[in-house]
Amino acid sequence: MTFQTMVLQLSRGFLTTLSIFFLTLLGSLPLGLLVYFGRKSRFAPLRWLIKVYISIMRGTPLMLQIMVVYFGPNLLLGLSIPQNWRFWAAITAFIINYAAYFAEIYRGGIESIPLGQYEAAAVLGYSKSQTFFKIILPQMVKRVIPPVTNEIITLVKDTSLASAIAVVEIFTRARQIVVAPNSPGMLTFAVAAVFYYVFNYLVAFTMERVEKAFAYYR
Amino acid sequence: MNVLELRNIRKSFGELEVLKGISLSVPKGGVTAVIGPSGSGKSTLLRCATLLEDLDGGDVIYEGKYAVRDGVTADKASLRQIRRCFGLVFQNFNLFPHYTLLKNVMDAPVHVQGRNAAEVRDEALELLKKMGLQEKADAYPCQLSGGQQQRAAIARALCLKPDMLFFDEPTSALDPELTGEVLKVIRQLAEEKMTMVIVTHEMPFARMVADHIVFMDGGVIVEEGDPEQVIGDPRQDRTKAFLRRLER
Ligand SMILES: Nc1ncnc2c1ncn2[C@@H]1O[C@H](COP(=O)(O)OP(=O)(O)OP(=O)(O)O)[C@@H](O)[C@H]1O
Ligand SMILES: [Mg+2]
Repeated sequence: MTFQTMVLQLSRGFLTTLSIFFLTLLGSLPLGLLVYFGRKSRFAPLRWLIKVYISIMRGTPLMLQIMVVYFGPNLLLGLSIPQNWRFWAAITAFIINYAAYFAEIYRGGIESIPLGQYEAAAVLGYSKSQTFFKIILPQMVKRVIPPVTNEIITLVKDTSLASAIAVVEIFTRARQIVVAPNSPGMLTFAVAAVFYYVFNYLVAFTMERVEKAFAYYR
Repeated sequence: MNVLELRNIRKSFGELEVLKGISLSVPKGGVTAVIGPSGSGKSTLLRCATLLEDLDGGDVIYEGKYAVRDGVTADKASLRQIRRCFGLVFQNFNLFPHYTLLKNVMDAPVHVQGRNAAEVRDEALELLKKMGLQEKADAYPCQLSGGQQQRAAIARALCLKPDMLFFDEPTSALDPELTGEVLKVIRQLAEEKMTMVIVTHEMPFARMVADHIVFMDGGVIVEEGDPEQVIGDPRQDRTKAFLRRLER
């Protein structure tokens, strides 16, 4: 296999990596907020359920969660597994896992906002939802940028866990290339590493810009 | 009719009884200064009057309308009306850090009271000017001194056109050289006959600006009356002891 062919095949795999990455963020960043609301609900059983969910997501390996989501419909419900479920099972598992982490990050951010902000809003007559969306949420977003950045960088690397159910992203593709006859060998892994590294570099750069964009107030 | 009427307010935190039956009337245009040692319940009294705390007993009445009756808070809809009666200026300002000063001042009148944004904008700019902050309308709170932030917080409270204002130690978070500019603004409001209740440790200021002094200690009003009498010639031993301690 030529070097060019190898890079081309890895790039195709990387497109899948990117899909997993962006779809996961698209789903889990907002879902995390809903999970936070559940965590803070006045309805105790919901609160309890969300706590259990968060603790399972954080207490078990993501790879195992991906397996459960992928095989669960068949093993538990006897459904036959369609071909494209592979990809969507991985996305689903990533989203519900990362939403749990984001929910906890949001909670930390919201709880770090001084009580005086709520009291000022209450005396000025803001409703509960106005207080949350106009006063608390924007300040929370600023506060959670650093921990969210950490999670996002971890996610870039975690996408490789999708290879556990043979989603052909860049890592799965690299493994396939390496064991094929007359493969470029270790060079394949090196190129895959460059893909991850460069992408993470861009992610870190972007998040730094985002952080700067919020630097106009303290 | 009094702007504010507190009747036999009681409030406990767990076992600790902080307010043991406080009654207070604030007539229109009146300026009441609340003084007393630390922990006597002054802040708690303001927080109860501004409905930030639930009461254990007593009435809070604004313009004849019950906000709290026998310790029971009124329904949401009435509260929304009643909240328009008062504003509160906090010790540590509590401006919204992600809004400019102008937005801090304008936002509630527009989005809570539903007033016309262009009109509110003019009024807000006028208020900022009155507070000596016309240059700072587009600045963020973190770019201002404590004294400027506190004056902005006063503008924010005033823009809702309340019938009265509460102040909880408005200068005690400020460097000494910045207290003067805030006290001057409050004095000006007093001259314009703004109804106010001010918790303060600044005795000369209280004496000058207030027409009624309330001395609190241990969750009760020990002595109240004319400033010259309460501060100049206190009758109660606890008042005397408190004032003597301040002089040192
Ligand atoms: N949320 C609370 N929970 C428990 N105790 C409280 C709470 N708020 C106030 N207290 C207690 O109530 C008492 C009165 O407090 P408060 O803040 O009203 O006093 P203060 O007169 O404003 O004092 P200072 O001059 O120091 O501001 C204090 O003993 C205080 O510890
Ligand atoms: Mg106090």
